[in-house]
Amino acid sequence: MALLEVKDLKVRVEEREILHGLTLTVNEGEIHAIMGPNGSGKSTLSHVIAGKPGYEVTDGQILFKGEDLLEMSPDERAAKGVFLAFQYPVEIPGVATMNFLRTALNAQRKARGEDEFSTPDFLRKVREVSKSLNIPQDMLKRGVNVGFSGGEKKRNEVLQMALFEPSLCILDEMDSGLDIDALRIAADGVNALRSPKRSMVVITHYQRLLNYIVPDVVHVMSKGRVVKSGGKELALELEASGYAQFEDAA
Amino acid sequence: MPAVQETVERVKRIDVDQYRYGFETLIESDKAPKGLSEDTVKFISQKKNEPDWMLQWRLEAYRRWLTMQEPTWARVDYPKIDFQDLYYYSAPKPKKTVTSLDEIDPEILKTYEKLGIPLREVAMLEGVEPKPGEEDPNKRKIAVDAVFDSVSVATTFKAELKKAGVIFMPISEAIREHPELVQKYLGSVVPTSDNFYATLNSAVFSDGSFVYVPPGVRCPMELSTYFRINERNTGQFERTLIIADKGAYVSYLEGCTAPQRDENQLHAAVVELVAHDDAEIKYSTVQNWYPGNSEGKGGIYNFVTKRGDCRGDRSKISWTQVETGSAITWKYPSCILRGDNSSGEFYSIAISNGFQQVDSGTKMIHLGKNTSSRIISKGIAAGKSQNTYRGLVTAHRKATGARNFTACDSLLIGDKCGAHTVPYIEAKNSSATFEHEATTSKISEDVLFYCIQRGLSQEEAVGLVVNGFVKDVLQQLPMEFAVEAQKLISISLEGSVG
Ligand SMILES: Nc1ncnc2c1ncn2[C@@H]1O[C@H](COP(=O)(O)OP(=O)(O)OP(=O)(O)O)[C@@H](O)[C@H]1O
Ligand SMILES: [Mg+2]
Repeated sequence: MALLEVKDLKVRVEEREILHGLTLTVNEGEIHAIMGPNGSGKSTLSHVIAGKPGYEVTDGQILFKGEDLLEMSPDERAAKGVFLAFQYPVEIPGVATMNFLRTALNAQRKARGEDEFSTPDFLRKVREVSKSLNIPQDMLKRGVNVGFSGGEKKRNEVLQMALFEPSLCILDEMDSGLDIDALRIAADGVNALRSPKRSMVVITHYQRLLNYIVPDVVHVMSKGRVVKSGGKELALELEASGYAQFEDAA
Repeated sequence: MPAVQETVERVKRIDVDQYRYGFETLIESDKAPKGLSEDTVKFISQKKNEPDWMLQWRLEAYRRWLTMQEPTWARVDYPKIDFQDLYYYSAPKPKKTVTSLDEIDPEILKTYEKLGIPLREVAMLEGVEPKPGEEDPNKRKIAVDAVFDSVSVATTFKAELKKAGVIFMPISEAIREHPELVQKYLGSVVPTSDNFYATLNSAVFSDGSFVYVPPGVRCPMELSTYFRINERNTGQFERTLIIADKGAYVSYLEGCTAPQRDENQLHAAVVELVAHDDAEIKYSTVQNWYPGNSEGKGGIYNFVTKRGDCRGDRSKISWTQVETGSAITWKYPSCILRGDNSSGEFYSIAISNGFQQVDSGTKMIHLGKNTSSRIISKGIAAGKSQNTYRGLVTAHRKATGARNFTACDSLLIGDKCGAHTVPYIEAKNSSATFEHEATTSKISEDVLFYCIQRGLSQEEAVGLVVNGFVKDVLQQLPMEFAVEAQKLISISLEGSVG
């Protein structure tokens, strides 16, 4: 069953069209990789799915579990299971990471009509997940992402993903800025979340990440459109020959 | 819609009419006739059974006030106040003398309940870690001297304080019971001639708190007073006097919220603190007067004079304030660093929304040797409000080795509000070291979106980010207040995002 359906999506930012009719279907349990040159609109797509203000959808639609996603506020989308791991996670000074995690988790649960997590349950869960991601407890006492290294910020995104248990995870360049070991830890964290009910959209520039997180489908994006889709071997092909052949197609 | 635009749209839909704490308590009152004259002053003094010296002191202030002009230098704008159109005294009619909380008018107790203020508090707050070295929160107590309208109607924990030798009572009582202390200290920090509003207060003050902590005594509990304005058109003129004798320590908490009003209400309090050798006074305020409705009508005018005198060597006075209410705030809690090695601190959070105007800050006046002061100010402006930090730091010629550190940060929500920083720095000797840092930033749409993507509503996101921004100051508050203040900050910003 399709979890996410993006149909002929056209998006403008400040009077300029960035996505020119993009179509993409992600079924439940699938992992899709999106590759494409800088500026092709990958982050724009992820922002529009998550509901970031500032983007004008001029045409097309996005369905999530069959519902019109564009009608929902961004926090509703989060509560319904849309998670975006940001390419550039922001810092929130003065807000302890632990407090942030708990506030966000309980906000989502409340929106779904579920009970808040009890403190011991919450702490146990955080401890378990952060341990598997090699995140020291001290880090969770610090302000959200404040003074975190690039790799720590990305791991913090995976930590949240594991805690919130979303049904759609969009990972925007999760591998950028990670060293080899950190990459493996983060990828293991992501793989641990694979499930027949959960889908992932992995945006990356490098085939290397896809050795760890093996995709079912690879898409090539160019100039605001998906110009080619294929199996995981498509990524290898791209690594060998670059994007030039697709630029012409777009 | 671009993100900034969206915030602005939401701010436009502000509804401060739904002021959370806007309600009135129905209760009989005992009023002075409208207007201000020598007769009004005499009426008040008589009502309080004051000795003649007190009446003369008030009259002298009143005569002085007649010759003074309202100050105009602050960045606040309001219609002229007709001082003859106000009532200067109002007291709830006591049914009989109260000795315990059970005897207080249930209406009054209900009011406090609605505010969520725990009058019978033996404070235990969940989810808060005590600061290192602080005692078990289970065992911490707050003594509440509730001021309802103008008269104190309840005093609790009196016995325990008495055992420690601490005097904590309404100032009207102290005038009768401890005239020698009141005569010695009243007006010694804020003289009757100090400024227009302080002089007015000296003439007509109704009541307030009096605290005296004897030498070497550490006050066994936090002292707290909740002020409320309740009578239509009644100016409120609270007078508070706190003295920490040699080596004494006291922490005093003051907080207030007010019912909704159409007409502006004048509030001109005076607070005087005196710290002798090695003494320390910590004074914390959470201020939440009615800020006015969505058109900027109504709301409290808050013209306050608060000053602490570090009279003794190695004494310390620290002001912490969370200002969220009032249509107009004019308030500069200050420290006179007279004793050698004395120190003063000012920690402030000032939030303005709707049409609120805040002009607040501090004065640190270094007179003694090796005196130090620290100022941390966090201003948050939303809606169409104006938020000004005004701070003065001076070092006298004899104040060698004086040190000051000032950090003023302002956060803007939307683009119809303003934040201003007006520092005055004056060093009359070359050994003084003054450091000043200031930043102004807009709340980041990317940060808000990050929070919202994780499931927080727009309002919750603003509340969280702002609470992070003010964390350094919140940490200075006694724990009981920090939690209340955090809630208040979120509530006061609710209107700012729709
Ligand atoms: N807020 C904005 N204002 C103006 N142009 C924008 C804005 N956001 C994105 N763009 C433009 O849209 C295009 C697509 O940007 P986007 O960030 O989606 O690319 P990307 O595929 O994620 O690139 P990268 O691989 O470098 O991360 C770029 O040309 C970018 O300059
Ligand atoms: Mg990108």
